[in-house]
Amino acid sequence: MRIALFITCFNDTMFPGTGRAVVSVLERLGHTVEFPQEQTCCGQMHFNTGYRPDAVPLVARFARTFAGYDAVVTPSASCAGMARENHPLLAADYGHAQLQQQVADVVPRVHEFTEFLTDVLGVTDVGASFPHRVSYHPTCHSLRGLRLGDRPLELLRAVKGIDLVDLPDADSCCGFGGTFAVKNADTSAAMLADKADGVLSTRAEVLCAADNSCLMHIGGGLSRRGSSVRAMHLAEILAATEGGTP
Amino acid sequence: MNAPSSRGVVWLGSPAFPDAAREALKDTRLRANLKRATSTIRDKRLAVASELDDWEALRDAAAAIKKCTARHLDHYLVELEASVTAAGGTVHWACDAAEANRIVTELVRATGESEVVKIKSMATQEIGLNEHLAEAGITAYETDLAELIVQLGDDRPSHILVPAIHRNRTEVRDLFAAEMGHWGQPAPEGLTDEPADLAEAARRHLREKFLTAKVAVSGANFAVADTGTVVVVESEGNGRMCLTLPDTLITVMGIEKVVPTWSDLEVFLQLLPRSSTGERMNPYTSTWTGTTEGDGPSAFHLVLLDNGRTDTLADTVGRQVLGCIRCSACLNVCPVFERTGGHAYGSVYPGPIGAVLTPQLIGVENAATLPFASTLCGACYDACPVKINIPEVLAHLRAEAVEAKNGHTAEALAMRAAGKVLDSPRLLAAAQKAASLGGRALARRGTIGRLPGPMHGWSDTRDTPAPPAESFRTWWRKNRENKEGEQS
Repeated sequence: MRIALFITCFNDTMFPGTGRAVVSVLERLGHTVEFPQEQTCCGQMHFNTGYRPDAVPLVARFARTFAGYDAVVTPSASCAGMARENHPLLAADYGHAQLQQQVADVVPRVHEFTEFLTDVLGVTDVGASFPHRVSYHPTCHSLRGLRLGDRPLELLRAVKGIDLVDLPDADSCCGFGGTFAVKNADTSAAMLADKADGVLSTRAEVLCAADNSCLMHIGGGLSRRGSSVRAMHLAEILAATEGGTP
Repeated sequence: MNAPSSRGVVWLGSPAFPDAAREALKDTRLRANLKRATSTIRDKRLAVASELDDWEALRDAAAAIKKCTARHLDHYLVELEASVTAAGGTVHWACDAAEANRIVTELVRATGESEVVKIKSMATQEIGLNEHLAEAGITAYETDLAELIVQLGDDRPSHILVPAIHRNRTEVRDLFAAEMGHWGQPAPEGLTDEPADLAEAARRHLREKFLTAKVAVSGANFAVADTGTVVVVESEGNGRMCLTLPDTLITVMGIEKVVPTWSDLEVFLQLLPRSSTGERMNPYTSTWTGTTEGDGPSAFHLVLLDNGRTDTLADTVGRQVLGCIRCSACLNVCPVFERTGGHAYGSVYPGPIGAVLTPQLIGVENAATLPFASTLCGACYDACPVKINIPEVLAHLRAEAVEAKNGHTAEALAMRAAGKVLDSPRLLAAAQKAASLGGRALARRGTIGRLPGPMHGWSDTRDTPAPPAESFRTWWRKNRENKEGEQS
């Protein structure tokens, strides 16, 4: 199986450790991961902010870059959702027949990382060890977009030594919403305050999720409040072994 | 498209959403009232919806009925007109708020009355009927308990189902004590804030109106095309009083409320109470078909209101919003509404549904901040009993709002520039390097604190991690490219 990593522009720039963790887990499971260098961005920011025509070249680049791979794996529920739901829509509205075909070919092979592990590889125990108190925030795109359900939790429960604690009001949005956090910063901050309260009430050392964007938001709020809780992509927990994090 | 003014007061002209929300967020009592009220309704809704094995099938059926009816709306409206007329009612067509207000005012004048009792109705709120009647010297008395609270307080509704959700019972007690006497029967001396006492005061106050009113004005939850039956669903029974005691009944109904048959209606009567109040069945469902001699009003007028709905129907993505049955489930699950309340939306239709309905009714350029008043979290879509994909319509209207500005904004220029960078791995790598250097220069002990300029809203309450020394693509090139090259 030819597996391509779609790192996402945001993780590429801000959280390269998440990409290294995905590679580490997949290689530990015996797979080879390729990183097509022509990849950039899924166009989600442009699409969600109303700049659809500006997203179209990114859709075309995505389809071109990842053509020919059996699986395109990404450590971001929201970017996976963008590709699957909105790339066909943009191709239909703005693209030619060839682009529509390219998009239709690649989109079914795009998988969010935890979904790829559980549904495609059929694995729940990836041989990780992480002896810490951890809480999991189901991001909106994991929960209501991709319907990941319990998949991330199943993977986390199999981690050796982990003390997994429930997050209160887990299913409510953290208030990030991309440009929402800038355009409606006050409302976003009010939502963040409640989410951060929930995280602190768990007395977890680590908060994890399937999207680094939401984690940067919640982690940024926790840090401003002087909390030592660490926001960490769940791929980095799954990559950790008794020898430590890679 | 008509000017917003002829479309009535859908849009109440408050500040843009971010500014109105900022003010609302300062009101800690409002937030406490809202949190308590929305979480209670939310839990009740989940409990009664999960009782039905076929809940998802009901939602699918509701969406299909609404879609099919909208596609043949012209047919069903003409059928409804014929059925209502055959049953002794009179049908009027209003293309906008101004025309609907004129029709209702003339109908009330023709009765010689100067007072009407009103049943809670979103359509009449939308067109600003009470204000219009007042200008014509006609007093409209709201009889729904929450609408009465709003009216006595010279206030605005902040929720579709619970218009006074922003008030707690102490505030209601104070309002009743101060204002009821100006409108009719005063509140009893020494009124407490016990719900039973408040309800009793309202009952006495309203009873006087029911027994003297000759004209009633209502909205409609549904109208059945093939029989001409109009349906009002309510909890208090005050609507039933208005529908049965006066001589003349005038109903203002949005054209999207028509359903083809009673078997279509059945689907919605299961979904609506469970989604709105979290009840298996609402206490009062009133249905009437034209007029019946010696039973209820002797004159019935049905005003069919367009007011932007036909324009909405022409939008292939936005038209699904016309399926809304005004249950408010989306408001109660919305994390934004829960914090800001309804007034911040500046419309009689607040919350997620308001953010997709208001811009379509009055033109997106007139309510350009509303489609952005959401994180696109999707809770509304999951709760909607007719499966309106609200996030999809929000994103669609965002594109329309941007298009309406013709690209002449700083944001549009920034987005275009970002698009160029993101369409080139080389430019992206250069930008990453610059961000890394700049970000690390700003950071202290690995985090970036408060920032000036457009990022101050973000950075006021959030730290940002310093960008790493090298991007993933740089790391890969240094550590993996040769290895990959050897393999291939």
